[in-house]
Amino acid sequence: MRKNHSAVCRVGTGAGMADDRVYPAVKLLEQVQLDYLVCECLAERTIARENLNRRKFPEHGYNPMLAERIQAMLPLCREKGVRLVTNMGAANPVAAAHAIRAEAEAVGVRNVSCAAVIGDDVTERVRAHPDLRLLDGGEPLESLLPRMISANAYLGADLVRDALDTGAEVVVTGRVADPSLFLGTLMHHHRWSYDDLTRVAAGIMAGHLLECSVQVTGGYFADPGRKDVPRLAETPYPYAEVTSDGRVWICKPEGSGGRLDRMTCAEQTLYEIHDPSRYITPDCVVDLCEVHFEEEGVDRVAVHGALARPRTESFKTVIGYSDGFIGSGEIAYAGINAVARARLAADVVRERFRIEGGVASEIQVDLIGIGALHGDPGDGSRPEPYEVRLRVAARCPDRRSAELLGDHVRQLNMQGPMAGGGPVNTGAREVIAVNSVLIPRDWVRPEIVTVGMAA
Amino acid sequence: MSERLLQTYPGNRVYDLAHTRSGDKGNTSNVAVIAYDEVSWERLRRHLTPERVLAAYAHLAQGPVTRYEVPRLQALNFVIENALAGGVTRSLRIDPHGKSLSAVMLSIELPPA
Repeated sequence: MRKNHSAVCRVGTGAGMADDRVYPAVKLLEQVQLDYLVCECLAERTIARENLNRRKFPEHGYNPMLAERIQAMLPLCREKGVRLVTNMGAANPVAAAHAIRAEAEAVGVRNVSCAAVIGDDVTERVRAHPDLRLLDGGEPLESLLPRMISANAYLGADLVRDALDTGAEVVVTGRVADPSLFLGTLMHHHRWSYDDLTRVAAGIMAGHLLECSVQVTGGYFADPGRKDVPRLAETPYPYAEVTSDGRVWICKPEGSGGRLDRMTCAEQTLYEIHDPSRYITPDCVVDLCEVHFEEEGVDRVAVHGALARPRTESFKTVIGYSDGFIGSGEIAYAGINAVARARLAADVVRERFRIEGGVASEIQVDLIGIGALHGDPGDGSRPEPYEVRLRVAARCPDRRSAELLGDHVRQLNMQGPMAGGGPVNTGAREVIAVNSVLIPRDWVRPEIVTVGMAA
Repeated sequence: MSERLLQTYPGNRVYDLAHTRSGDKGNTSNVAVIAYDEVSWERLRRHLTPERVLAAYAHLAQGPVTRYEVPRLQALNFVIENALAGGVTRSLRIDPHGKSLSAVMLSIELPPA
Protein backbone atom coordinates (compact mmCIF):
# COMPACT_ATOMS: atom_id res chain seq x y z
CA MET A 1 0.00 0.00 0.00
CA ARG A 2 1.20 3.51 -0.76
CA LYS A 3 1.83 5.26 2.51
CA ASN A 4 2.77 8.77 1.43
CA HIS A 5 -0.21 11.04 1.36
CA SER A 6 0.10 13.14 -1.77
CA ALA A 7 -0.86 16.80 -1.97
CA VAL A 8 -3.59 15.94 -4.46
CA CYS A 9 -6.07 13.29 -3.34
CA ARG A 10 -7.91 11.32 -6.00
CA VAL A 11 -11.20 9.82 -4.88
CA GLY A 12 -13.45 8.01 -7.31
CA THR A 13 -16.97 6.61 -7.38
CA GLY A 14 -17.41 2.85 -7.64
CA ALA A 15 -21.21 2.77 -7.26
CA GLY A 16 -24.02 5.26 -6.75
CA MET A 17 -26.85 2.92 -5.76
CA ALA A 18 -27.34 -0.57 -4.36
CA ASP A 19 -27.53 -2.28 -7.74
CA ASP A 20 -25.37 0.09 -9.76
CA ARG A 21 -23.13 -1.22 -12.56
CA VAL A 22 -19.81 -2.84 -11.65
CA TYR A 23 -18.04 -2.59 -15.02
CA PRO A 24 -17.41 1.20 -14.96
CA ALA A 25 -15.87 0.87 -11.47
CA VAL A 26 -13.34 -1.60 -12.83
CA LYS A 27 -12.61 0.66 -15.81
CA LEU A 28 -12.06 3.64 -13.51
CA LEU A 29 -9.65 1.64 -11.36
CA GLU A 30 -7.77 0.57 -14.49
CA GLN A 31 -7.59 3.99 -16.12
CA VAL A 32 -6.89 6.34 -13.21
CA GLN A 33 -4.48 6.02 -10.29
CA LEU A 34 -6.95 6.68 -7.47
CA ASP A 35 -6.20 6.95 -3.76
CA TYR A 36 -9.72 5.93 -2.67
CA LEU A 37 -12.74 4.34 -4.30
CA VAL A 38 -16.14 4.98 -2.69
CA CYS A 39 -19.10 2.67 -3.31
CA GLU A 40 -22.39 4.20 -2.17
CA CYS A 41 -24.88 1.34 -2.12
CA LEU A 42 -27.46 2.08 0.55
CA ALA A 43 -30.92 3.50 -0.17
CA GLU A 44 -33.13 4.70 2.68
CA ARG A 45 -35.26 1.59 3.03
CA THR A 46 -32.52 -0.92 2.27
CA ILE A 47 -31.14 -0.85 5.78
CA ALA A 48 -34.54 -1.80 7.26
CA ARG A 49 -34.87 -4.65 4.78
CA GLU A 50 -31.40 -5.88 5.72
CA ASN A 51 -32.25 -5.60 9.41
CA LEU A 52 -35.11 -8.05 8.83
CA ASN A 53 -32.68 -10.29 6.98
CA ARG A 54 -30.18 -10.17 9.82
CA ARG A 55 -32.84 -11.18 12.35
CA LYS A 56 -33.50 -14.33 10.34
CA PHE A 57 -29.86 -15.03 9.47
CA PRO A 58 -27.40 -13.39 11.92
CA GLU A 59 -24.51 -13.60 9.43
CA HIS A 60 -26.46 -11.70 6.77
CA GLY A 61 -27.81 -8.17 6.57
CA TYR A 62 -25.33 -6.59 4.17
CA ASN A 63 -25.54 -5.65 0.48
CA PRO A 64 -26.44 -8.64 -1.74
CA MET A 65 -24.00 -7.49 -4.46
CA LEU A 66 -21.04 -7.42 -2.07
CA ALA A 67 -19.45 -10.62 -3.40
CA GLU A 68 -19.67 -9.50 -7.03
CA ARG A 69 -18.26 -6.04 -6.33
CA ILE A 70 -15.43 -7.23 -4.10
CA GLN A 71 -14.34 -9.96 -6.51
CA ALA A 72 -14.30 -7.48 -9.41
CA MET A 73 -12.61 -4.57 -7.61
CA LEU A 74 -10.32 -5.85 -4.87
CA PRO A 75 -7.59 -7.31 -7.09
CA LEU A 76 -7.15 -3.91 -8.75
CA CYS A 77 -7.43 -2.05 -5.44
CA ARG A 78 -4.67 -4.21 -3.98
CA GLU A 79 -2.46 -3.94 -7.08
CA LYS A 80 -2.73 -0.15 -7.27
CA GLY A 81 -2.89 0.65 -3.56
CA VAL A 82 -6.43 2.00 -3.68
CA ARG A 83 -8.40 1.96 -0.44
CA LEU A 84 -12.08 1.09 -0.66
CA VAL A 85 -14.80 2.85 1.35
CA THR A 86 -18.33 1.52 1.16
CA ASN A 87 -21.64 1.49 3.03
CA MET A 88 -22.35 -2.03 1.77
CA GLY A 89 -22.32 -3.07 5.44
CA ALA A 90 -25.98 -1.97 5.65
CA ALA A 91 -27.40 -3.58 8.81
CA ASN A 92 -24.33 -5.71 9.54
CA PRO A 93 -20.97 -4.05 8.80
CA VAL A 94 -18.94 -6.54 10.85
CA ALA A 95 -20.36 -9.53 8.98
CA ALA A 96 -19.75 -7.59 5.77
CA ALA A 97 -16.09 -7.12 6.76
CA HIS A 98 -15.67 -10.88 7.20
CA ALA A 99 -17.45 -11.48 3.89
CA ILE A 100 -15.19 -8.96 2.13
CA ARG A 101 -12.10 -10.82 3.38
CA ALA A 102 -13.51 -14.14 2.21
CA GLU A 103 -14.56 -12.86 -1.21
CA ALA A 104 -11.19 -11.18 -1.75
CA GLU A 105 -9.43 -14.37 -0.72
CA ALA A 106 -11.50 -16.25 -3.31
CA VAL A 107 -9.93 -14.16 -6.07
CA GLY A 108 -6.42 -14.40 -4.65
CA VAL A 109 -6.25 -11.20 -2.61
CA ARG A 110 -5.04 -12.42 0.76
CA ASN A 111 -5.43 -10.91 4.22
CA VAL A 112 -7.46 -7.85 3.37
CA SER A 113 -7.64 -5.64 6.44
CA CYS A 114 -11.06 -4.13 7.14
CA ALA A 115 -12.46 -1.53 9.50
CA ALA A 116 -16.19 -1.66 10.16
CA VAL A 117 -18.09 1.37 11.42
CA ILE A 118 -20.92 0.42 13.75
CA GLY A 119 -23.27 2.32 16.03
CA ASP A 120 -25.63 3.92 13.54
CA ASP A 121 -28.33 1.50 14.74
CA VAL A 122 -30.29 3.49 17.35
CA THR A 123 -33.47 1.41 17.23
CA GLU A 124 -33.75 0.78 20.97
CA ARG A 125 -32.85 4.34 21.91
CA VAL A 126 -35.46 5.74 19.55
CA ARG A 127 -38.10 3.23 20.66
CA ALA A 128 -37.90 4.73 24.13
CA HIS A 129 -38.92 8.17 22.79
CA PRO A 130 -42.37 7.87 21.21
CA ASP A 131 -42.76 11.66 21.40
CA LEU A 132 -40.18 12.27 18.64
CA ARG A 133 -41.75 14.06 15.64
CA LEU A 134 -41.69 12.42 12.23
CA LEU A 135 -40.13 14.77 9.66
CA ASP A 136 -42.55 13.64 6.94
CA GLY A 137 -46.05 14.51 8.13
CA GLY A 138 -45.25 15.78 11.64
CA GLU A 139 -47.00 12.96 13.53
CA PRO A 140 -45.43 11.58 16.72
CA LEU A 141 -43.23 8.52 16.25
CA GLU A 142 -45.67 6.65 18.51
CA SER A 143 -48.00 6.15 15.53
CA LEU A 144 -45.35 3.98 13.82
CA LEU A 145 -43.79 2.26 16.83
CA PRO A 146 -45.76 -1.00 16.65
CA ARG A 147 -44.63 -1.43 13.03
CA MET A 148 -41.09 -0.02 13.39
CA ILE A 149 -38.33 -2.33 12.14
CA SER A 150 -35.24 -0.22 12.68
CA ALA A 151 -33.84 3.25 13.23
CA ASN A 152 -30.45 4.24 11.85
CA ALA A 153 -28.70 7.57 12.27
CA TYR A 154 -26.91 9.17 9.34
CA LEU A 155 -23.34 9.25 10.65
CA GLY A 156 -20.73 11.66 9.37
CA ALA A 157 -17.29 11.73 7.79
CA ASP A 158 -15.38 11.61 11.10
CA LEU A 159 -16.14 7.89 11.44
CA VAL A 160 -14.85 7.19 7.94
CA ARG A 161 -11.71 9.18 8.79
CA ASP A 162 -11.24 7.26 12.04
CA ALA A 163 -11.73 3.95 10.25
CA LEU A 164 -9.15 4.90 7.61
CA ASP A 165 -6.80 6.05 10.39
CA THR A 166 -6.58 2.41 11.54
CA GLY A 167 -4.73 1.68 8.30
CA ALA A 168 -7.37 -0.73 7.00
CA GLU A 169 -7.49 -1.30 3.25
CA VAL A 170 -11.27 -1.46 3.26
CA VAL A 171 -13.71 0.59 5.32
CA VAL A 172 -17.23 -0.78 5.52
CA THR A 173 -20.07 1.11 7.14
CA GLY A 174 -23.80 1.01 7.68
CA ARG A 175 -25.77 4.25 7.54
CA VAL A 176 -23.30 7.04 6.81
CA ALA A 177 -24.52 10.05 4.81
CA ASP A 178 -23.59 9.61 1.15
CA PRO A 179 -21.33 12.68 0.67
CA SER A 180 -19.72 12.03 4.08
CA LEU A 181 -18.22 8.80 2.73
CA PHE A 182 -16.19 10.98 0.34
CA LEU A 183 -15.41 13.78 2.81
CA GLY A 184 -14.12 11.12 5.22
CA THR A 185 -11.42 10.05 2.77
CA LEU A 186 -10.31 13.69 2.42
CA MET A 187 -10.32 14.37 6.17
CA HIS A 188 -8.09 11.33 6.58
CA HIS A 189 -5.83 12.05 3.62
CA HIS A 190 -5.34 15.78 4.18
CA ARG A 191 -5.75 15.75 7.99
CA TRP A 192 -8.61 18.26 7.79
CA SER A 193 -10.59 19.03 10.92
CA TYR A 194 -14.17 20.23 11.31
CA ASP A 195 -12.76 23.69 12.08
CA ASP A 196 -11.57 23.97 8.47
CA LEU A 197 -15.06 24.88 7.29
CA THR A 198 -13.99 25.95 3.82
CA ARG A 199 -12.27 22.63 3.23
CA VAL A 200 -15.10 20.63 4.78
CA ALA A 201 -17.52 22.44 2.46
CA ALA A 202 -15.29 21.63 -0.53
CA GLY A 203 -15.13 17.98 0.49
CA ILE A 204 -18.89 17.64 0.92
CA MET A 205 -19.40 19.40 -2.40
CA ALA A 206 -17.09 16.93 -4.11
CA GLY A 207 -18.96 14.08 -2.43
CA HIS A 208 -22.35 15.46 -3.41
CA LEU A 209 -21.28 15.68 -7.06
CA LEU A 210 -19.76 12.17 -6.99
CA GLU A 211 -22.28 10.26 -4.86
CA CYS A 212 -24.68 9.38 -7.71
CA SER A 213 -21.99 7.94 -9.97
CA VAL A 214 -22.78 8.75 -13.63
CA GLN A 215 -25.30 11.46 -12.77
CA VAL A 216 -22.46 13.98 -13.09
CA THR A 217 -20.90 12.42 -16.20
CA GLY A 218 -23.91 12.22 -18.49
CA GLY A 219 -26.34 9.83 -16.83
CA TYR A 220 -29.94 10.98 -16.20
CA PHE A 221 -29.29 13.86 -18.63
CA ALA A 222 -29.59 13.02 -22.33
CA ASP A 223 -32.41 14.34 -24.48
CA PRO A 224 -31.59 13.51 -28.10
CA GLY A 225 -31.18 16.58 -30.27
CA ARG A 226 -31.53 18.87 -27.29
CA LYS A 227 -29.05 17.75 -24.64
CA ASP A 228 -26.89 15.14 -26.32
CA VAL A 229 -24.45 12.94 -24.44
CA PRO A 230 -21.59 11.52 -26.52
CA ARG A 231 -21.25 7.73 -26.23
CA LEU A 232 -23.94 7.45 -23.57
CA ALA A 233 -23.43 3.68 -23.41
CA GLU A 234 -19.91 4.36 -22.17
CA THR A 235 -20.67 6.89 -19.43
CA PRO A 236 -17.75 6.62 -17.04
CA TYR A 237 -17.77 6.80 -13.25
CA PRO A 238 -16.34 10.13 -12.07
CA TYR A 239 -13.53 10.97 -9.70
CA ALA A 240 -12.40 14.13 -7.94
CA GLU A 241 -8.98 15.64 -7.51
CA VAL A 242 -8.85 17.55 -4.25
CA THR A 243 -5.84 19.49 -2.98
CA SER A 244 -4.93 19.83 0.68
CA ASP A 245 -6.06 23.47 0.62
CA GLY A 246 -9.52 22.42 -0.62
CA ARG A 247 -9.48 23.05 -4.37
CA VAL A 248 -11.74 20.58 -6.21
CA TRP A 249 -11.93 19.28 -9.76
CA ILE A 250 -14.48 16.75 -10.95
CA CYS A 251 -12.97 14.54 -13.64
CA LYS A 252 -13.63 11.57 -15.87
CA PRO A 253 -10.97 9.37 -17.46
CA GLU A 254 -9.22 10.93 -20.45
CA GLY A 255 -11.01 10.12 -23.70
CA SER A 256 -13.93 8.40 -21.97
CA GLY A 257 -17.54 8.61 -23.14
CA GLY A 258 -20.28 10.55 -21.43
CA ARG A 259 -20.34 14.26 -20.73
CA LEU A 260 -18.95 16.39 -17.92
CA ASP A 261 -19.50 20.14 -18.03
CA ARG A 262 -21.20 23.04 -16.31
CA MET A 263 -24.64 21.72 -17.26
CA THR A 264 -24.19 18.22 -15.84
CA CYS A 265 -22.57 19.67 -12.71
CA ALA A 266 -25.34 22.24 -12.22
CA GLU A 267 -28.02 19.56 -12.42
CA GLN A 268 -26.24 17.35 -9.92
CA THR A 269 -25.59 20.30 -7.57
CA LEU A 270 -29.33 20.74 -7.05
CA TYR A 271 -30.19 17.03 -7.08
CA GLU A 272 -32.32 16.18 -4.03
CA ILE A 273 -31.66 19.61 -2.52
CA HIS A 274 -34.37 21.67 -0.87
CA ASP A 275 -33.14 25.07 0.37
CA PRO A 276 -29.83 25.56 -1.51
CA SER A 277 -28.55 27.87 1.22
CA ARG A 278 -29.07 25.14 3.84
CA TYR A 279 -28.01 21.72 2.59
CA ILE A 280 -27.82 19.86 5.89
CA THR A 281 -25.29 17.04 6.24
CA PRO A 282 -23.96 15.39 9.42
CA ASP A 283 -20.69 17.29 8.92
CA CYS A 284 -21.77 20.84 8.14
CA VAL A 285 -24.57 22.93 6.70
CA VAL A 286 -23.61 23.81 3.14
CA ASP A 287 -24.56 26.95 1.25
CA LEU A 288 -24.62 26.12 -2.47
CA CYS A 289 -25.68 29.58 -3.62
CA GLU A 290 -22.23 30.69 -4.75
CA VAL A 291 -21.19 27.37 -6.31
CA HIS A 292 -20.00 27.68 -9.90
CA PHE A 293 -18.03 25.65 -12.40
CA GLU A 294 -15.19 26.23 -14.81
CA GLU A 295 -14.67 23.84 -17.72
CA GLU A 296 -10.97 23.00 -18.10
CA GLY A 297 -11.37 20.52 -20.96
CA VAL A 298 -13.83 17.79 -21.90
CA ASP A 299 -12.85 15.60 -18.96
CA ARG A 300 -12.36 18.13 -16.19
CA VAL A 301 -14.40 20.79 -14.38
CA ALA A 302 -13.17 23.02 -11.55
CA VAL A 303 -15.65 23.48 -8.68
CA HIS A 304 -15.73 26.78 -6.81
CA GLY A 305 -17.73 28.57 -4.18
CA ALA A 306 -19.12 26.00 -1.71
CA LEU A 307 -19.52 27.55 1.74
CA ALA A 308 -20.40 25.93 5.04
CA ARG A 309 -21.57 26.63 8.56
CA PRO A 310 -20.86 24.27 11.49
CA ARG A 311 -22.81 21.04 11.78
CA THR A 312 -26.11 20.92 13.67
CA GLU A 313 -26.59 19.34 17.09
CA SER A 314 -28.73 16.49 15.78
CA PHE A 315 -28.50 13.42 13.60
CA LYS A 316 -31.15 12.69 10.99
CA THR A 317 -32.35 9.17 11.66
CA VAL A 318 -34.21 7.01 9.19
CA ILE A 319 -37.04 4.89 10.57
CA GLY A 320 -38.01 1.78 8.60
CA TYR A 321 -41.43 0.28 9.26
CA SER A 322 -43.67 -2.45 7.88
CA ASP A 323 -46.45 -1.06 5.76
CA GLY A 324 -48.38 -4.03 4.43
CA PHE A 325 -48.16 -5.31 0.87
CA ILE A 326 -48.47 -3.98 -2.65
CA GLY A 327 -49.85 -6.23 -5.38
CA SER A 328 -49.91 -5.33 -9.06
CA GLY A 329 -50.45 -6.65 -12.56
CA GLU A 330 -50.41 -5.49 -16.18
CA ILE A 331 -52.05 -6.24 -19.53
CA ALA A 332 -52.00 -4.43 -22.91
CA TYR A 333 -54.67 -3.48 -25.46
CA ALA A 334 -54.24 -2.12 -29.00
CA GLY A 335 -56.21 -0.93 -32.01
CA ILE A 336 -59.73 0.47 -32.27
CA ASN A 337 -61.29 1.24 -28.85
CA ALA A 338 -58.16 0.04 -26.99
CA VAL A 339 -58.45 2.61 -24.20
CA ALA A 340 -62.11 1.79 -23.50
CA ARG A 341 -61.24 -1.89 -23.27
CA ALA A 342 -58.43 -1.13 -20.82
CA ARG A 343 -60.79 0.92 -18.65
CA LEU A 344 -63.41 -1.85 -18.72
CA ALA A 345 -60.73 -4.36 -17.73
CA ALA A 346 -59.79 -2.21 -14.72
CA ASP A 347 -63.43 -2.10 -13.60
CA VAL A 348 -63.65 -5.89 -13.89
CA VAL A 349 -60.54 -6.35 -11.75
CA ARG A 350 -61.85 -4.05 -9.01
CA GLU A 351 -65.19 -5.85 -8.94
CA ARG A 352 -63.77 -9.40 -8.90
CA PHE A 353 -61.19 -8.47 -6.28
CA ARG A 354 -63.98 -7.19 -4.01
CA ILE A 355 -66.33 -10.14 -4.64
CA GLU A 356 -63.60 -12.66 -3.85
CA GLY A 357 -62.74 -11.02 -0.55
CA GLY A 358 -59.67 -8.99 -1.48
CA VAL A 359 -58.89 -6.18 0.93
CA ALA A 360 -57.20 -2.97 -0.16
CA SER A 361 -57.00 0.49 1.34
CA GLU A 362 -56.11 2.01 -2.03
CA ILE A 363 -56.28 0.83 -5.65
CA GLN A 364 -54.38 2.64 -8.40
CA VAL A 365 -55.28 2.26 -12.09
CA ASP A 366 -52.70 3.41 -14.63
CA LEU A 367 -53.02 3.56 -18.39
CA ILE A 368 -49.44 3.32 -19.56
CA GLY A 369 -49.28 5.43 -22.71
CA ILE A 370 -51.63 8.07 -21.32
CA GLY A 371 -51.03 8.98 -17.70
CA ALA A 372 -49.03 6.39 -15.77
CA LEU A 373 -46.04 8.65 -15.17
CA HIS A 374 -47.48 12.15 -15.24
CA GLY A 375 -51.12 11.40 -14.42
CA ASP A 376 -54.06 12.47 -16.52
CA PRO A 377 -55.22 16.03 -15.89
CA GLY A 378 -58.59 14.93 -17.29
CA ASP A 379 -58.87 17.96 -19.57
CA GLY A 380 -58.63 16.04 -22.82
CA SER A 381 -54.99 17.07 -23.26
CA ARG A 382 -53.81 13.45 -23.58
CA PRO A 383 -54.56 12.03 -27.06
CA GLU A 384 -55.58 8.37 -27.20
CA PRO A 385 -52.62 6.22 -28.22
CA TYR A 386 -52.81 3.25 -30.63
CA GLU A 387 -51.86 0.89 -27.81
CA VAL A 388 -52.18 1.16 -24.07
CA ARG A 389 -50.97 -0.99 -21.21
CA LEU A 390 -53.17 -1.27 -18.16
CA ARG A 391 -51.51 -1.45 -14.76
CA VAL A 392 -53.47 -2.01 -11.57
CA ALA A 393 -51.79 -1.76 -8.15
CA ALA A 394 -53.28 -2.07 -4.67
CA ARG A 395 -52.15 -1.45 -1.12
CA CYS A 396 -53.24 -4.46 0.92
CA PRO A 397 -52.93 -5.41 4.57
CA ASP A 398 -52.11 -9.04 3.72
CA ARG A 399 -50.07 -10.92 1.14
CA ARG A 400 -53.04 -12.98 -0.03
CA SER A 401 -54.97 -9.90 -1.12
CA ALA A 402 -51.94 -8.50 -2.91
CA GLU A 403 -51.49 -11.74 -4.82
CA LEU A 404 -55.20 -11.94 -5.62
CA LEU A 405 -55.12 -8.49 -7.22
CA GLY A 406 -52.27 -9.44 -9.56
CA ASP A 407 -53.92 -12.76 -10.40
CA HIS A 408 -57.09 -11.01 -11.54
CA VAL A 409 -55.08 -8.82 -13.90
CA ARG A 410 -53.14 -11.85 -15.13
CA GLN A 411 -56.39 -13.70 -15.92
CA LEU A 412 -57.82 -10.86 -18.03
CA ASN A 413 -56.61 -12.35 -21.31
CA MET A 414 -59.39 -14.97 -20.99
CA GLN A 415 -61.64 -13.38 -18.42
CA GLY A 416 -61.68 -9.75 -19.56
CA PRO A 417 -62.44 -7.67 -22.67
CA MET A 418 -61.38 -8.82 -26.16
CA ALA A 419 -57.80 -8.94 -27.35
CA GLY A 420 -55.77 -8.31 -24.22
CA GLY A 421 -52.11 -9.26 -24.64
CA GLY A 422 -49.04 -9.74 -22.47
CA PRO A 423 -50.80 -10.25 -19.13
CA VAL A 424 -48.62 -10.55 -16.05
CA ASN A 425 -49.00 -10.69 -12.30
CA THR A 426 -46.07 -8.49 -11.34
CA GLY A 427 -46.21 -9.94 -7.86
CA ALA A 428 -46.94 -9.14 -4.24
CA ARG A 429 -44.21 -7.40 -2.30
CA GLU A 430 -43.89 -6.61 1.37
CA VAL A 431 -43.58 -2.88 1.81
CA ILE A 432 -40.94 -1.40 4.05
CA ALA A 433 -41.65 2.29 4.25
CA VAL A 434 -39.44 5.00 5.74
CA ASN A 435 -39.82 8.22 7.65
CA SER A 436 -37.26 10.22 9.66
CA VAL A 437 -36.71 11.87 13.00
CA LEU A 438 -33.97 14.10 14.43
CA ILE A 439 -32.13 12.83 17.51
CA PRO A 440 -29.49 14.43 19.77
CA ARG A 441 -25.94 13.58 18.77
CA ASP A 442 -25.10 12.03 22.14
CA TRP A 443 -27.62 9.22 21.63
CA VAL A 444 -25.21 7.70 19.13
CA ARG A 445 -22.14 5.77 20.27
CA PRO A 446 -20.27 4.80 17.14
CA GLU A 447 -17.37 2.36 17.19
CA ILE A 448 -14.73 1.10 14.80
CA VAL A 449 -14.24 -2.68 14.69
CA THR A 450 -11.17 -3.90 12.84
CA VAL A 451 -11.07 -7.31 11.19
CA GLY A 452 -7.88 -8.91 9.94
CA MET A 453 -5.50 -6.19 11.11
CA ALA A 454 -1.97 -7.22 12.12
CA ALA A 455 -1.65 -7.10 15.91
CA MET B 1 -25.95 22.04 -29.82
CA SER B 2 -28.38 23.70 -27.44
CA GLU B 3 -27.40 27.12 -28.80
CA ARG B 4 -28.39 26.13 -32.33
CA LEU B 5 -31.75 24.78 -31.19
CA LEU B 6 -32.44 27.93 -29.23
CA GLN B 7 -31.86 30.06 -32.28
CA THR B 8 -34.14 28.00 -34.48
CA TYR B 9 -36.87 27.49 -31.89
CA PRO B 10 -37.47 30.61 -29.81
CA GLY B 11 -40.47 29.02 -28.06
CA ASN B 12 -42.26 29.79 -24.86
CA ARG B 13 -42.06 26.43 -23.14
CA VAL B 14 -39.70 25.89 -20.22
CA TYR B 15 -38.20 23.27 -22.56
CA ASP B 16 -37.03 26.09 -24.83
CA LEU B 17 -35.36 27.99 -22.01
CA ALA B 18 -33.96 25.54 -19.49
CA HIS B 19 -32.96 22.02 -18.56
CA THR B 20 -34.32 20.25 -15.50
CA ARG B 21 -33.58 17.45 -13.03
CA SER B 22 -35.89 15.94 -10.42
CA GLY B 23 -35.03 14.28 -7.13
CA ASP B 24 -36.91 12.85 -4.16
CA LYS B 25 -36.86 13.04 -0.37
CA GLY B 26 -39.71 11.26 1.39
CA ASN B 27 -42.98 12.52 -0.06
CA THR B 28 -41.36 15.64 -1.54
CA SER B 29 -40.06 16.11 -5.07
CA ASN B 30 -37.61 18.82 -6.02
CA VAL B 31 -37.22 19.95 -9.60
CA ALA B 32 -34.24 22.12 -10.52
CA VAL B 33 -34.72 24.38 -13.54
CA ILE B 34 -31.46 25.64 -15.02
CA ALA B 35 -31.58 28.38 -17.67
CA TYR B 36 -29.59 28.03 -20.89
CA ASP B 37 -28.68 31.73 -20.94
CA GLU B 38 -29.14 35.11 -19.29
CA VAL B 39 -32.26 36.08 -21.28
CA SER B 40 -33.98 32.79 -20.48
CA TRP B 41 -33.00 33.16 -16.83
CA GLU B 42 -34.73 36.54 -16.58
CA ARG B 43 -37.89 35.18 -18.24
CA LEU B 44 -37.99 32.15 -15.96
CA ARG B 45 -37.38 34.24 -12.89
CA ARG B 46 -40.26 36.54 -13.78
CA HIS B 47 -42.81 34.04 -15.06
CA LEU B 48 -42.10 30.59 -13.64
CA THR B 49 -43.84 31.29 -10.36
CA PRO B 50 -44.66 28.71 -7.67
CA GLU B 51 -48.34 29.21 -8.53
CA ARG B 52 -47.75 28.35 -12.17
CA VAL B 53 -45.73 25.30 -11.17
CA LEU B 54 -48.33 24.05 -8.71
CA ALA B 55 -50.99 24.40 -11.42
CA ALA B 56 -48.96 22.16 -13.73
CA TYR B 57 -48.54 19.52 -11.02
CA ALA B 58 -52.04 19.96 -9.50
CA HIS B 59 -53.28 16.50 -10.52
CA LEU B 60 -50.13 14.88 -9.10
CA ALA B 61 -49.24 16.91 -6.02
CA GLN B 62 -51.05 18.71 -3.24
CA GLY B 63 -48.23 21.19 -2.61
CA PRO B 64 -47.26 23.61 -1.26
CA VAL B 65 -44.58 24.59 -3.76
CA THR B 66 -41.58 26.60 -2.61
CA ARG B 67 -39.24 28.32 -5.09
CA TYR B 68 -35.57 28.97 -4.34
CA GLU B 69 -33.38 31.13 -6.58
CA VAL B 70 -29.76 30.32 -7.32
CA PRO B 71 -28.62 33.24 -9.52
CA ARG B 72 -25.02 32.04 -9.76
CA LEU B 73 -26.20 28.91 -11.61
CA GLN B 74 -29.11 30.77 -13.24
CA ALA B 75 -31.30 28.17 -11.62
CA LEU B 76 -34.62 27.92 -9.82
CA ASN B 77 -35.18 25.05 -7.43
CA PHE B 78 -38.79 24.05 -6.86
CA VAL B 79 -39.65 22.00 -3.81
CA ILE B 80 -43.03 20.35 -4.38
CA GLU B 81 -44.46 18.81 -1.24
CA ASN B 82 -46.91 15.91 -1.10
CA ALA B 83 -45.91 15.01 -4.65
CA LEU B 84 -45.01 11.34 -4.47
CA ALA B 85 -48.25 9.60 -3.45
CA GLY B 86 -47.04 8.94 0.08
CA GLY B 87 -43.33 8.77 -0.71
CA VAL B 88 -40.89 6.60 -2.58
CA THR B 89 -41.31 3.59 -0.34
CA ARG B 90 -45.13 3.66 -0.07
CA SER B 91 -46.28 4.94 -3.46
CA LEU B 92 -48.47 2.79 -5.70
CA ARG B 93 -47.24 4.72 -8.72
CA ILE B 94 -45.19 3.15 -11.47
CA ASP B 95 -42.51 5.83 -10.88
CA PRO B 96 -42.40 6.08 -7.10
CA HIS B 97 -39.25 8.26 -7.11
CA GLY B 98 -40.83 10.78 -9.45
CA LYS B 99 -37.76 10.49 -11.68
CA SER B 100 -39.97 11.47 -14.61
CA LEU B 101 -41.44 14.55 -12.96
CA SER B 102 -38.83 16.99 -14.31
CA ALA B 103 -40.44 16.51 -17.72
CA VAL B 104 -43.74 18.00 -16.48
CA MET B 105 -41.86 21.22 -15.77
CA LEU B 106 -40.49 21.32 -19.33
CA SER B 107 -44.01 21.36 -20.77
CA ILE B 108 -45.10 24.52 -18.93
CA GLU B 109 -45.91 27.38 -21.32
CA LEU B 110 -44.82 30.85 -20.29
CA PRO B 111 -46.26 34.14 -21.57
CA PRO B 112 -44.51 35.33 -24.78
CA ALA B 113 -41.35 37.37 -24.24
